[in-house]
Amino acid sequence: MFTRLITSAVFAGAGAGLIAALLQLTFVQPVLLHAELYESGQLVHFGAEAVSAHPDLGGLDLMRDGLSVLFSMLLYTGYALLLLPLMAIAEQRGQSLDGKTGLIWGAIGFLVIQFAPGFTLAPEVPGVAAADVFARQFWWVGTVVAAGVAAGLIAFTRSWFAWIGAAVLLLAPHLIGAPEPESFAGPVPPEIAALFAARAFGVALVGWALLGAFAAYFWRTSAVHSPATQARSA
Amino acid sequence: MIQNSTAVTSPVAATRSTSLIALALSAVLGLGVVFSVGLAQANALHDAAHDVRHANGFPCH
Repeated sequence: MFTRLITSAVFAGAGAGLIAALLQLTFVQPVLLHAELYESGQLVHFGAEAVSAHPDLGGLDLMRDGLSVLFSMLLYTGYALLLLPLMAIAEQRGQSLDGKTGLIWGAIGFLVIQFAPGFTLAPEVPGVAAADVFARQFWWVGTVVAAGVAAGLIAFTRSWFAWIGAAVLLLAPHLIGAPEPESFAGPVPPEIAALFAARAFGVALVGWALLGAFAAYFWRTSAVHSPATQARSA
Repeated sequence: MIQNSTAVTSPVAATRSTSLIALALSAVLGLGVVFSVGLAQANALHDAAHDVRHANGFPCH
């Protein structure tokens, strides 16, 4: 069972992570590199001269972009290792699992890990003003855990009491508020930061949806060869 | 048919506890990977995963 979990997660994570990385390099990376020109001071927003919105961002950086592909595949494998046990438990409890329901699992993964914390702590482009990184990480982890528990309550319970609890868990981190910087002194133009957040969310949604579909697919495919399943169906 | 279903009851019960351990191990491993890629503050890790962290909404810097 463990081998089956690991292999399914690695295949799903590598596939979804690779596609997410290619989308990231195409749509997110140029925005990030553009922002870094302001972060490093090479471009100055509201300086003496108007700055072109279309600077030369350079081509592909093999080392840097290669690492991004590798780490994206690793990250998505990590997500799959978390997602698959939950899918397996749901399957044991009689839920059907296929590419289509996997898509929903993936979309919920996106909502829990990306959208819930990002609703208040928007995906940050390099160079924006931000509070202490440990404080933000603490809030980020708390928000993801709360959203994860809320998603479980909504999906797997049938009581109004639990659903109200889920709503409280979803709202509380945002009502409490994320750690904010003392003042907004970031040198990056808001146009770039807004585009970055939108692109990061979009790419992540595609990556997660694919991850859920792939994870369900590989989990089901590997069941055909698993001795435990054969014994049960015999 | 009935004999078959009773015969497989005990192996299924036995695999249930091992499968729980497998599920938990997978989740712990997943947490470790997500933490290393997204949150660990070690310099080398931060630099290598920098763009992926930003693109995936992890707090960075």
